[in-house]
Amino acid sequence: MNSRLGWRKFVNAFMLTLTGLCALLSVSVLLIVLGYLGWNGWQYLTWTFLTHLPAPVGESGGGMANAIVGSAKLLLVAAVTGIPTGLLGGIYLAEFGGRTFAFLVRYSADLLNGVPSIVMGIFAYTVVVLPMHHFSALAGGLALGVMLIPVVLRSTEDFLRAVPNPLREGALALGASKWKAIATIVIPASIRAIATGALLGLARVAGETAPLLFTSFNNQFWSHGLNQPTASLPVMIYQYAISPYADWHRQAWAAGFILLMLVLIANIGARLILSRKSPAPRG
Amino acid sequence: MGKVTEPEVMIGVPGYEQPVEDAEKQAGGSLLKIVVSRLNFHYGPRQVLFDVSLQILQRKITALIGPSGCGKSTFLRTLNRMHETVRGTRAEGEVLLDGRNIFDMDVVNLRRRVGMVFQKSNPFPKSIFENVAYGLKINGTMRRAQVAEVVEKSLMRAALWEEVKDHLHKSAYALSGGQQQRLCIARALAINPEVLLLDEPCSALDPIATAKIEELLFALTGSCTIVIVTHNMQQAARVADQTGFFLLGKLIEFNKTDIIFKNPARKETEDYITGRFG
Repeated sequence: MNSRLGWRKFVNAFMLTLTGLCALLSVSVLLIVLGYLGWNGWQYLTWTFLTHLPAPVGESGGGMANAIVGSAKLLLVAAVTGIPTGLLGGIYLAEFGGRTFAFLVRYSADLLNGVPSIVMGIFAYTVVVLPMHHFSALAGGLALGVMLIPVVLRSTEDFLRAVPNPLREGALALGASKWKAIATIVIPASIRAIATGALLGLARVAGETAPLLFTSFNNQFWSHGLNQPTASLPVMIYQYAISPYADWHRQAWAAGFILLMLVLIANIGARLILSRKSPAPRG
Repeated sequence: MGKVTEPEVMIGVPGYEQPVEDAEKQAGGSLLKIVVSRLNFHYGPRQVLFDVSLQILQRKITALIGPSGCGKSTFLRTLNRMHETVRGTRAEGEVLLDGRNIFDMDVVNLRRRVGMVFQKSNPFPKSIFENVAYGLKINGTMRRAQVAEVVEKSLMRAALWEEVKDHLHKSAYALSGGQQQRLCIARALAINPEVLLLDEPCSALDPIATAKIEELLFALTGSCTIVIVTHNMQQAARVADQTGFFLLGKLIEFNKTDIIFKNPARKETEDYITGRFG
């Protein structure tokens, strides 16, 4: 009896310690990555890095201004293609969807969300790069846009579902058509949350590298418009980090730091917007 | 329960037996606004209203009473087809509004003529002014000055103007529960409905706020036909010209309020209003 009690106590203590250690490990990994990247990146971050083109191979100095602008272009294309599609699809699922078709759409969106990002790259390569015969910001942006669709779609659907039904009924009872009620009452009531979802989605695809490798490719110089191979921060980090030059390694750290800051700012900004909720109805 | 299964019981209410074709004729000095004949209602496989027939007098107050789950709210919601927003519902039968079947009408037009106020006040997350102006704006065409005029008039009709006239552009959520409910009434009145349906509008309010709403209902009878669902029998006795008693999806008795409360024809009605169940 006593030995069984002792064993039970031991198992209990052991499992408690094990789960606690693993929880600590997962947090410390994040902190170590953030800290290491912050320390190294901040050190090598210079004004030149932000404003100059990459230096030719063998020369030191130079910057990644083209990659910063390139990433912005890619995200713009992704936002313009991915957000409206996800948004309207999410509205359909939350407000109009039947059973079978809505289930299929929701399930496909979840599957699409799980598709490896490199496969998205191959898809954009086949659909855009091959017919156009060259790499372009358009192809890279579309690959990111397709990744953005399921994220925006599901978050939009969730936030619209959170809008209380009496608001919809109130509008319908005043003779609003269904779309009018959605456009004038339901969407305005949740627009901040929906925008936040889109922002978080953009922050997520901002760090994607694999879909860009053979769509927007890379560029050591400025690219004009959306029709040329375009540098981007993640691809630049990849290229510089595997190079043999110490100076390039330093620049990769700085680029990683910039990317991390962008994602962090988007995340924190999104949380701030979301926490400023309108007061709940009384009565 | 067993006694009320024959449909004759629900239809044969003395004094209200005229056939549907005579709907436009006078009944006790008042015109009939809404005539419901043999309305059956289903939620999926479950039937919740059985052969309900009644006539609603124009510019009078009709109260519907009965225990929770008796179908009175469901009945009210079919009168402007709000039940259609819930999937899997089915209404059969005839509901005539001024002699025309509402199920053949355009639903948007119907709801502009038959407004609704809900159990829990549901102001939009907008300003007081925008809440009242909403119905006018979605209908289009009205000039801004005219909108402001109608908003003021509607808030006056809902007895809310004096309390809010100095902060029309504040959020509607800043109002108290009773004020919010009167705001919802003002919002419904702004598009000048012929019929106003109220689904337990005072159930979340204190007695003072309730009294204000009841006064306001009296004031509206000159211009509007009112149907009110209430679980409060004193309220029905106070405000209504005619009262219907629902039980288990059936209209047990429907008559002048006096008769229902002082001399009910059916034992179930008497049991309910004397508090023996419900």
